[in-house]
Formats: sequence, C-alpha cells, structure tokens
Amino acid sequence: MKLIVNGSPLEVEAEDLTSALVALDYGDAVVATAVNGAFVPATARAGRALKDGDRIEIVAPRQGG
Amino acid sequence: MDKLSFYGTEVSSRLLLGTAQYPSPQVLGDAVRASGSEIVTVSLRRESGRLREGQDFWGLIQGLGCKVLPNTAGCHSVQEAVTTAQMAREVFGTPWIKLEVIGDADTLQPDVFGLVEAAKILSDDGFQVFPYTTADLVVAEKLLEAGCKVLMPWGAPIGTGMGLNDVYALRSLRAHFPDVPLVVDAGIGRPSHAAQAMELGYDAILLNTAVSKAGDPVGMARAFGKAIEAGREGFLAVPIEPRDMAAPSTPVFGRATFA
Repeated sequence: MKLIVNGSPLEVEAEDLTSALVALDYGDAVVATAVNGAFVPATARAGRALKDGDRIEIVAPRQGG
Repeated sequence: MDKLSFYGTEVSSRLLLGTAQYPSPQVLGDAVRASGSEIVTVSLRRESGRLREGQDFWGLIQGLGCKVLPNTAGCHSVQEAVTTAQMAREVFGTPWIKLEVIGDADTLQPDVFGLVEAAKILSDDGFQVFPYTTADLVVAEKLLEAGCKVLMPWGAPIGTGMGLNDVYALRSLRAHFPDVPLVVDAGIGRPSHAAQAMELGYDAILLNTAVSKAGDPVGMARAFGKAIEAGREGFLAVPIEPRDMAAPSTPVFGRATFA
C-alpha cells in the first residue's frame, strides 16, 4: 500500500506498523513511532493496522540543545 | 559544590550541556567530560531504516553515563510537542522533557500560551517538565500551576550568545520563586554570562552553541564548568552591594604623614 514514511511517499507491503518497520529494514533499531500525528507505543505497533495514505513518523535519538 | 535537585533527582554539576553542532562525536564526548556536566540534552529526528544514523549517536550518549534530557525542539504546536514528548519518553526511558513550543521562527521565542497548555497535558500524564520559557513572571506562575517544578527562562534567543538580555526580569523571577529550581536556558555566549546568571542566584545553566561552536569546544566546556562553579560559590558567599562613593579598603587609621 502507499504510505507516507517520514514525509516521503513509499510503496510498502505491510498490514500493520510492526510489519511496516520490518519491511522498511529497521530491524532492532531504537525508534519511536507515530501514525497520522498520534504516538503509537512500541507495544501497540502490531495492533495498529495501516491503510493507504497513512502518514508514519519514525524517529530516533539525535543531537539536541 | 552543593547539590541541586530536579524532580527529586540530585546532581552535583550545575551545567546542562547540549549535544548538537560539535565538530565530531569525539569532540562532543570530550567536551561533555571536560565540562563535568551530568545532564545532556538530546532530540528526536527522523530515522532511515537504511542509514540508522541515530543508533550510533545513542550509543555514544549512553557511553557518557550522563542523565538525558530530551527536548521537543522545533515543535510549533501543542500537538507536535505532546506527541514528540511521548515518543521521547519511550525511546529515552525518562519522564524528563525539555518542553519547547516555538512561537516565532526568527527569534525562536516560546509560544508561552501553547507552552502552558502543553505543560499541563504532559504534567497530568506523568511527565516531569522542564519548560523553555521567557522571563515573564506571570507565565512562570502559570507554568507552576500547570505542574512544572522547574523553570527554564531564556537569557537571550537561542544561539545568539548575547547573554542575559533582561537582568531585571531574571532577578525578579529569582526573587518571586526562591524555592523553584531556575535554569537559564539559551542565549549564553561566554563563561562570564553563565557566572553572572549564577551570581543572580540561578540554580543552573543550559547551553549548547557557546561550547559546540567555540574555537576549542573542549576548552570552552571546561571554562564554563569553572565559571558556573565560581558563580555559584560567589552567590552563596553573598556579594557586596555596589555603591556610588569610593570607600578605601586600606585602613586610614595609622597612615604615616610626611608633610
């Protein structure tokens, strides 16, 4: 399906957020996720079904002031 | 130095150091160690599954053994800030959040209305909020009512290095909230600015650019560590008040006369 991942349109074969992360090669990377602007905890990713056009944000630790 | 407590967590160093804009990861690590800081600020940014840039950085930060204060830098709305804070709590495993809700792109001035609203939502949700705010007294009161137990007024706009733009407002905040930990966050350019804030009775200093963009970041980190300690000790030792008329420090009595 077509998802917007970190601002870029991508074709991803995934029914839910967990399988999307696997398909996108995140593996065991430490990340946090949101779908359509709402935080999705790691424990809820498998139960978060996705549909065409969903906007996914995947973030990780970075330098900050 | 005497201890400082943020939400029940004691620290010895009164310098909170940002981790951005260093010439290299090595210099970042050396600067943190030279500063003596026990708390470093970090952020969350988009991660690519292929590049995974954040993973190495997170490993470096964990290796420093510091407490981590995640920020919501760049958020311009309450919703963005709240979502970012929720993500940060999960990733960094801390209820601490440096809450930024930016209201103006040129000055990076906090949107204090959004800040108070977001602080209330997050405090009610169990976060321990460190709000990046202006030196406005009434806003400070509202932030405390919202559940904040730390206040972080700016000295000057982020990255400007101008120092303490409104000393009166900062003094006023200190006088009104003698028991609230107050941190000057942003605008510090030189160690003397940090020492000045500490001499006003501020509890700590949060800075980044002044160290990371210095000619020698490690040397500057060390200098800030010393300046903050000196300022704190000076405050505790109660400085004299300035006066208009000169007063001789050498005793007048017993002066020899040669006329």
